[in-house]
Amino acid sequence: MTRLNKRPALLLFLLVLAILAPLGHGNYIIYVLTSWLIFSIAAMGLNLTLGYAGQISLAQASFMAIGAYTTAIMTLAGWHWLIAAPVGMVLCFLVGLVLGYPALRVKGHFLAFVTLAFNTLVFLVLRNEDWLTGGSYGLSSMPRPDFYLFKTLKQLPFYYFTLAVTVVAALVLWGIVRSPWGRAFKALRENPVRAESLGVDTRRITLLAFAIGSAYAGLAGALVSPLVQYIDPGSFGLSQSLRILLMVVVGGSGFFFGPFVGAAVVILLPEMLRFTAGYYLIIYSALVIVMLAYVPNGLIGIGTRLRERFWPQHRARGDLAKGAQLK
Amino acid sequence: MTAPALSVRNISKTFGTIRAVNDVSFDVRTGEILGLIGPNGSGKSTLFNCILGQLPPDGGAVHVAGQQVSGSRACDLSKLGVGRTFQQLSVFPQMSVLDNVILAGQEHHGSMLSRLFGKPDAGLTADAEKMISFFRLEHLRDELAGSLSYGQQKLLDAAMAFMAGPGLVLLDEPAGGVNLTMLAHLKERLQTYNAEHGTTFVVIEHNMEFVMSLCSRIIVLAEGAIIAEGTPDEIRSNQQVIDAYLGG
Repeated sequence: MTRLNKRPALLLFLLVLAILAPLGHGNYIIYVLTSWLIFSIAAMGLNLTLGYAGQISLAQASFMAIGAYTTAIMTLAGWHWLIAAPVGMVLCFLVGLVLGYPALRVKGHFLAFVTLAFNTLVFLVLRNEDWLTGGSYGLSSMPRPDFYLFKTLKQLPFYYFTLAVTVVAALVLWGIVRSPWGRAFKALRENPVRAESLGVDTRRITLLAFAIGSAYAGLAGALVSPLVQYIDPGSFGLSQSLRILLMVVVGGSGFFFGPFVGAAVVILLPEMLRFTAGYYLIIYSALVIVMLAYVPNGLIGIGTRLRERFWPQHRARGDLAKGAQLK
Repeated sequence: MTAPALSVRNISKTFGTIRAVNDVSFDVRTGEILGLIGPNGSGKSTLFNCILGQLPPDGGAVHVAGQQVSGSRACDLSKLGVGRTFQQLSVFPQMSVLDNVILAGQEHHGSMLSRLFGKPDAGLTADAEKMISFFRLEHLRDELAGSLSYGQQKLLDAAMAFMAGPGLVLLDEPAGGVNLTMLAHLKERLQTYNAEHGTTFVVIEHNMEFVMSLCSRIIVLAEGAIIAEGTPDEIRSNQQVIDAYLGG
């Protein structure tokens, strides 16, 4: 079977696995699995901004907050999730465009601090504007989406609803990164001066990288709201942004499936280590340090590294092929 | 009378107290291959960067095919048909050779939205393969650009500069660090492209043999100003040029 044939088969297998995963489990496990999917969406967005386009952002949780609060406020006012969620995403897209402007002037650590400041700003607005956001008490009792024939009130249907949204979000992102836009994002990451000289409008593509990445965080927030049915500013602080960044880095920045792996490590691994009682966070932290030290390109690259080590394929570069045959 | 492919008028650039480029003016005719030479620190690269909008000049104007382009962004210049190569290696190392060349052409086709919803290769694979073959890199089509040798990356850089079919290409030290075999190949490809497409070249180069055999006219810069202009033979025998290079 060729590599091309293997990939759809593997994806189908993983999808079936995701469908079967919650069966036979209690509400808490299903809740954790749903959280994994939601954070995968947020990490997918950051992976576009950081992994593909090379623009650091420490504000992903604040966009989740904008998506979550927009959805919460609208659904509490009687709007359907199908209307509230896109509104939240569009709002995040627009705010992401605005946040992208500093990225046109500052890079690297300085940009990280700009986005960090934005995260703090959003937190303070959510905490202080209690007439709209409920302040420190937050908002509660948001309804879950009801599609008449398919209600998501219970944990399992909501998991499948989230899975469907995740699959659609992943397919859309796959389309973006495979399109000429995706090539321009990578060019921006690798050599912005050269990209600009080839006609790539690096200003526009930088803003789009922020805006699309932010819209994905908005979608994740729109799902968090009905999942938890209670949100407060503390749920979207800097530590949450750092967690999403960790998901992207641990999973494999710039790899399409990296966010899923990274979110699994950050969300699922601590739960799997709970049997160690009070030590689980210590073990989890130690494992993350080891992973970052030994697989700095992310876990998604482990398969390739293992294959190269134990089943190396002696493939020569095109112009060296004849030389390689002389061995 | 048609406008020159490139017209540079009274360009000056100062860094602190150092005048890097001092009131430089010249024209480049359509289809011409012009060499721009000078000792290190003579202001060649600064002049290039002022022409290409990567440094704002203190004064003066640049016209491409009669159109004022002073202050234009590099991406806008590219869309006006101005290509360039860089002194340093300037390919996208984590992308394949084919993707590098497609990228170089994609922004010149369709709109922003059509590039999102259209074909992943923007319908440019065949054209990109032709350009890759033109520079005889077809056996490396699917390799990562970063895995190519220095000379091959220089060729790829040139292929990328030509992909959008520019009318004017500015080449910044294309021969730098390239071995003799690859150099002869690069020169032959540039000459062929110039003959086939009538593309105008401006070449900054330190390799005298390369520039003398490639260019039909040469401008010599020293201390930010033009000190000589003429055919390769005239430049070879110009005492002011010899003095500038030998420090006389």
